Amino acid sequence: MLIEFTSSGIFCRTAGVYIDPSKPVSKAIITHSHSDHAKRGSSSYMTCKKNIQILRHRIGNSIDVTGIDYGDAVSINGVKISFHPAGHIPGSSQVRLEYKGEVCVVSGDYKLEYDGLTEEYEPVKCNTFVTESTFALPVFKWDPQNEIAESIKKWWSRNKSKGNVCVIGAYSLGKAQRLLKLLHSDEERVLVHSSIQQINHVLRLAGYDIPEVKTYEQSMNRNELEGAMIIVPPASLSADSFSKLEPYENAFASGWMAVRGSRRWQSFDAGFGMSDHADWKDLNEAVLMTGAEKVFVTHGFTEVFARWLKEKNIDAEIAGEKSLQVRTDSDS
Amino acid sequence: MKKFAELIKDLDSTNKTTEKISYITRYLSTANDSDKLWMIFLLSGGRIKKNFTTPELRQWTVEASDIPQWLFDESYAFVGDLAETISLVISKANVISEYSLSELVGMISNKTKCEKDDTKQSIFDVWKVLGRGELFAFNKLITGGFRLGVSSGILINAIAAHESAEQDVIAFRLSGNWDPYNTTYSALIRGDNESLNLSRPYPFHLAYPVEGNVQDLGKCDELSAEWKWDGIRAQLIRRDGQMFIWSRGEEIITEKFPELSVASDFIPDGTVLDGELICFIDGKPLNFNVLQKRIGRKNVTRKILEEAPAVFVAYDILEHQGTDIRKESFDSRREKLEEILTAKEHGSVFRLSPLIRFDNWSELKNIREQSLEMRAEGLMIKRKDSSYQTGRKKGSWWKWKIDPMTVDAVMIYAQAGHGRRSGLFTDYTFAVWDNEKLVTIAKAYSGLTNKEIEEVDKFVKANTVERFGPVRTVSPELVFEIAFEGIAESSRHKSGIALRFPRISRWRKDKKASEADTIIELRKLIKK
Repeated sequence: MLIEFTSSGIFCRTAGVYIDPSKPVSKAIITHSHSDHAKRGSSSYMTCKKNIQILRHRIGNSIDVTGIDYGDAVSINGVKISFHPAGHIPGSSQVRLEYKGEVCVVSGDYKLEYDGLTEEYEPVKCNTFVTESTFALPVFKWDPQNEIAESIKKWWSRNKSKGNVCVIGAYSLGKAQRLLKLLHSDEERVLVHSSIQQINHVLRLAGYDIPEVKTYEQSMNRNELEGAMIIVPPASLSADSFSKLEPYENAFASGWMAVRGSRRWQSFDAGFGMSDHADWKDLNEAVLMTGAEKVFVTHGFTEVFARWLKEKNIDAEIAGEKSLQVRTDSDS
Repeated sequence: MKKFAELIKDLDSTNKTTEKISYITRYLSTANDSDKLWMIFLLSGGRIKKNFTTPELRQWTVEASDIPQWLFDESYAFVGDLAETISLVISKANVISEYSLSELVGMISNKTKCEKDDTKQSIFDVWKVLGRGELFAFNKLITGGFRLGVSSGILINAIAAHESAEQDVIAFRLSGNWDPYNTTYSALIRGDNESLNLSRPYPFHLAYPVEGNVQDLGKCDELSAEWKWDGIRAQLIRRDGQMFIWSRGEEIITEKFPELSVASDFIPDGTVLDGELICFIDGKPLNFNVLQKRIGRKNVTRKILEEAPAVFVAYDILEHQGTDIRKESFDSRREKLEEILTAKEHGSVFRLSPLIRFDNWSELKNIREQSLEMRAEGLMIKRKDSSYQTGRKKGSWWKWKIDPMTVDAVMIYAQAGHGRRSGLFTDYTFAVWDNEKLVTIAKAYSGLTNKEIEEVDKFVKANTVERFGPVRTVSPELVFEIAFEGIAESSRHKSGIALRFPRISRWRKDKKASEADTIIELRKLIKK
């Protein structure tokens, strides 16, 4: 087998590389820059070229990192390694490993729908496929992006007519920019939290087209914010006080919000089921498109998805069952 | 259905009472009368009559959605709400049709058992043509109740606003057992049919718990105290030669208490009394458990009447000589109540809840200590000048309960919550030691903060030993202090005991599982 599941993460022994290691290693390959995939402390990193700036911003400017263009390949100890768009967030990739005719793809996190910002997901044929399963239940069916955008805009305009400011939570890397592109226009006032503004800047340097908007400051006058939509990181949504903004409503844009219980539990005024992960249908489609004979299922509803695939006569198992550490999820 | 679905969605997305009222009023102003009636029925917690069971409905969902049973169960365990799970796994409709709420109710309810296949076909057809929001509302309709935080107060307020009527009048009309299949909106709300009103109770006035210092309630001489009886709150209604007993759950329970039929000899026509039903023997109340068992029986046998005779302990009068006297002061009502209950020899079935005299708070505190001996839950304190109000109102009636009993127990099972808390493990089963074994004593849902629930949830996920469907057996490590109001023998639980109102009072992070209480210690609390 080309890969194995160890306590430090997915390991390719032949090439001596770990993919998204959870602990410091000597050679780390990174699929994307979310914190549960990109950890500090490894001696050297390899990632897709588009992700370099983002990775440096997230884990440190001084890291030793090599960038490879999408589709290009490098060879380590006879293992051909290449990066292919995963459609998850800007600069995200699936990692393809090929050795003596055997192909393995580690997909990281992915989504199939094109979001207008992220490089579009590319199906890659392989023998072994490692898939995520964050939303692997048939109850997760995303509405098309334009429909979600419409309902967010509806919520916004309803609030504007009531004199409310809108505060919407979105993961600061990926989801926030996706929202910004969808909501920003010359007539509409969108502001972003400073941590999102920093990432906007980094993404622009990496060549992404991100609209220029103002940073939301605590010191801002309520009048200045009349009718505005403020995008903030999820943590800020629950931790920061927005009482100065009264009257206002808050919302969260996340796949979890597609279920009423999670919406109510967190008691946001509104929730929008917008995700950077594949839904049930797309997870199934992705697995089929790879033509893989063997599928490993990682973080999320691993038991469910592995069992489901097995019943569909696909040889699937939970990645490393016990040996792989349970990672704290960060939905995007 | 579109308007109704919108109403459901709107109600679901706000916690503000005023907004809820305005959404309901908006619906009332646009819907037709029969939709209005059904809306009121459903939002008051009513359920339609159906000829199929929930397991059958799940089976049908599996058939219609093309996923295996186990995957449906996993989905349900995560979503936590059956109606929503069905809505999410059913394929989205391509063509959308418009049905009214009452049309849909008509299509699937009030059919005979033999027509089950018809119902199934109707449900399948409806599923194919409803939009997402409507689908959810429809599935709520066929799975059970709408729990949307719409209290009867909100509903009454909205209807009163829509009808430009007094809230009390609407509350009165909505109380009791009305049947949406056999009435109309205008008959119910505008009271076209006065004879319906014969049996109607008044909305109950509910007490607030004493928070903080009891001294702050007011001057002792402005207040009146009595025992807080541990029974079933009920209204006894005598009108037009008949007698009705209504429980606080707004059920007619007249038949369950044949010993009270002698009321016609003692209580004059045109009287409504508020009081407590309790089982009473040798001048002493019995454990609440006895009453509960009695209520559960279909037939009241002679044996039950001998072993667990009930009495009505009266503490208020709401209607006197056919007149609503709820606006009068407590003092003046009490006078009338005493007149009625002492005028005639009324046997032992009707009793007056005695007033407790006290001159200062420390005296009352001492009296409260005797609650357990009196089999009372504590004391009631009422303002002497208070009128009889509707619902739970602050500032005139208080309940001052004795501190609950507690036990330190180990969590051994966990189950994901439903509704608002779906996806998190929030329902726990607790056990105490019986020699080397842990025996279950109670299930409890509430009492932890959100943060603690998240912490326990993490523990459950990381320490699951076994899974039975949605239930996880966890390694017995966490100890919680469980508070409860009463304890009695029970054959339903393995431990042989049952707790009343168990809830988590705190997480004993300082204790190991081995330090939890034993069944022997717990049994000592049972009062024979």
